[in-house]
Amino acid sequence: MPSLTLLGQSLLSGLFIGGLYGLLGLGLSLSWGLLRLINLAHFALVFLGAYLTYHLAAVGGVNPFLAMLLIVPVFFGIGVALQAAFIRFRVGEFASLLVTFGITVVVEALIQWVWTADFRRLEYPSVSLRVGPLFVPLTEALMLVIAVALSLATWAWLRFTYVGKAMRAGAEDPGMAAAFGIDHRRLALLLSGVGAAYSGVAGGFVALIYTLAPAQIYAWIGVVFAVVILGRLGNPLGPVLAGLGVGIIEAITMAVTAPSWAPLVSFALLILVLLLRPDRI
Amino acid sequence: MQPATGLVGFLVVGIALALLPALKPPAFVESFLYLIFHWIALATSWAILGGFAGYVSFGHGAFFGAGMYTTAALAATYGVPFMWTLPAAGLVAAALGVAIGAVVFRVRRLRGELFALLTLAVTFVLATIVLNTPIDGGPGVYLSGVPIPRLFGSPTTTIYVLGLGVALSSVATAWLIQRSRFGRGLLAIHDDEDVAEVLGVPTYRGKLLAFGLSCLLAGVAGGIQAIFVTYVTVAETFSITVPLFVVLMSVLGGARHWLGPAVGATFVTVLTYLFVGGEQAVLGRAVTGLTLIAVILFLPQGVVGLLPRWRRRGGPVAQPDAPAATVPEPRATPPPGPAAEPRPAAGSSPLLCCEGVRKAFAGVQALAGVSLELRAGEILGLVGPNGSGKSTLINVISGYYRADAGRILFADRNLTGQEGHRIARQGIARTYQIPRPFTRLSVLDNVALAGMFGAGALSRAAAEREARRWLTFVGLEGRAQALPAELNLHQRKFLELARALASAPRLVLLDEVLSGLTPAEMADAIALVRAIRERGATIIFIEHVMWAVLDLTDRLVVLNHGEVIAEGRPHEVVRQADVVSAYLGKPHAGR
Repeated sequence: MPSLTLLGQSLLSGLFIGGLYGLLGLGLSLSWGLLRLINLAHFALVFLGAYLTYHLAAVGGVNPFLAMLLIVPVFFGIGVALQAAFIRFRVGEFASLLVTFGITVVVEALIQWVWTADFRRLEYPSVSLRVGPLFVPLTEALMLVIAVALSLATWAWLRFTYVGKAMRAGAEDPGMAAAFGIDHRRLALLLSGVGAAYSGVAGGFVALIYTLAPAQIYAWIGVVFAVVILGRLGNPLGPVLAGLGVGIIEAITMAVTAPSWAPLVSFALLILVLLLRPDRI
Repeated sequence: MQPATGLVGFLVVGIALALLPALKPPAFVESFLYLIFHWIALATSWAILGGFAGYVSFGHGAFFGAGMYTTAALAATYGVPFMWTLPAAGLVAAALGVAIGAVVFRVRRLRGELFALLTLAVTFVLATIVLNTPIDGGPGVYLSGVPIPRLFGSPTTTIYVLGLGVALSSVATAWLIQRSRFGRGLLAIHDDEDVAEVLGVPTYRGKLLAFGLSCLLAGVAGGIQAIFVTYVTVAETFSITVPLFVVLMSVLGGARHWLGPAVGATFVTVLTYLFVGGEQAVLGRAVTGLTLIAVILFLPQGVVGLLPRWRRRGGPVAQPDAPAATVPEPRATPPPGPAAEPRPAAGSSPLLCCEGVRKAFAGVQALAGVSLELRAGEILGLVGPNGSGKSTLINVISGYYRADAGRILFADRNLTGQEGHRIARQGIARTYQIPRPFTRLSVLDNVALAGMFGAGALSRAAAEREARRWLTFVGLEGRAQALPAELNLHQRKFLELARALASAPRLVLLDEVLSGLTPAEMADAIALVRAIRERGATIIFIEHVMWAVLDLTDRLVVLNHGEVIAEGRPHEVVRQADVVSAYLGKPHAGR
């Protein structure tokens, strides 16, 4: 049995990685749940954002947080353009999975072409706060705060504003919503832009916290999909809640057994949910 | 014949490739070709379930990996001769697939993306288990010490021939399946699984068999790959790129065609491995990605869809309005078969017997103990307000829903709780209120499928002959090669009728055939229903159009709130006060 301090520290890191899962899952869950598009390119955009942050900061000398602010509007535009293309070509749910996989492969090639396949690490001083016996890394903590804040803001947006309600109505029955004067197309463009902007934010934090390599694009796909399903599609609070849960359970599993057992938790959970409560999705 | 050209070409290519080692090509050529074979085997085996049946698995890496690690463990750890490990690799992978399928295929909602996700999750679970147990344990498994038998010259040549063998077996399996009844059933599952089951396709067994075959081939391919790479690691074997590329290749080539995945696999492999130098490799990947995007957007049937003969058999389809539209009377001699037995006198022994059938959905009692009898040869009208349980009753009789309580007897055999396809094979067919044709099968294939899997259980050729006769019967013979989407509503309703009849049913359940039709089309439909009865079938006729009900039926049963509230001769029943009030409400100042 590991010591309490060690357990506390791993719980904390579980919380932080859970925040990242939530942040990565948020855009994915929105586009799958509300637009019926399974956007694998979300992961490619995250890493494109990470590399751009890295480049602006390491080569251009821009403060990485300022770089994120620059990237977010650009990514919003990319999201809008992607959605416009999906609408133009009437891409369905399953086709979207394949098309966005194609986009992911292209983006991966682009990243490899510009930044090579070597590992890249942004040298950014990581400051940790000492709370009792525990160390709290500030960048990770900020990421968690932003993940929760974005989820709450999205939730409020969808729940309380006209745009949000129209969006949910359109997701449930596009034809009927259109008959009531809802312009699903414009809403879809907006939502896709927001999702892509979130991937830019996530990318910035990935650059700050992790070592980058093009193949890393595929590293989190499995667990983030698990988080998205567990959190219920289209529910903006779902990914961050499920992400925190999965992150904590993973961290405990790692501390109690071995780090290599961690993936078993989220995927076993996902399989159980799919088998026992498929109607919940 | 067209299929024969494909087969001959396939054999010629296969033999030529098998003889290639005799020319003593350099080792890298053999290795390069081996890689193509490897991906052909994986992509083609994937398409047996994913392409034909439409169950897109993202878990192909798991089954390929199971084969790889079976060979690695047996050969490297236990010293089993390499050749003996290959069948084991296939069997372990197949057993794994069948075990997973046996659980997953029972859950109706686990189709499409959810099935893809579930199989992906299985891959990661398997990877974690392999990584943390002595099968691998972390550092990977070396097979460099495993002797490769010199069956065909050098080790490279041996691997080449084995790879060719598994690739050819996969493509041949896909070819055989595509031409078989089994393959037809899989395509029907792809389009509408529930309808397929009700038409007599054993969907559960079909999916399990397809999954098992798919995994078996993938497992053998994995076993060969283990000796080819000589160093097996969890990260490489179970990475997400394996299933993604398999799907990519199949879709690129055309996943519903036996040769499609092989075409896609060759294309992608050549792009990936031909350019090995840094920048070129990046370019190759980019081209692969762009091609996938372009194919999905512009060529949804894959590259093979470009082949003219695959596009549609039988030439031009767009005949704007075939003579079909105005055929009031059935013209052809009705086909022989069980349905054409001499008509028994109405009122003899009961053909169908429902006893206290109950069915509830989350608190709503859709059927609250329905008992009714149906005599051979009669047309029983089943009426009642919307939500009274008519369609639920049909769904219970045809086996889509399982009754909570009660018994259903058909010709003195108990149908209660039987699977839909077994019920269909005993001679019960149905139509849907909103037609549900198989959208990617031609009109002819839609009808022929019912003949193959229904009570008649015909061979494919016989079923197609039969189907043509039934299409003539309903007046759709001119549209045999059209796709259902090219028909208008009443033609699609008649297609449903032809499909129901082609299964040689003794009992036909007609669910609102008349709804949405114009008066003239209704007259055609009524004439058809009469003709069906003349041929000896017994009919349950659900309808809201009252004059048609009174005109056609011998007896009437009225359902309300899941209960039979009246039964008897049509004209008498409709005058009963409770029937009138069920339909129109209670008069305000009535009493």
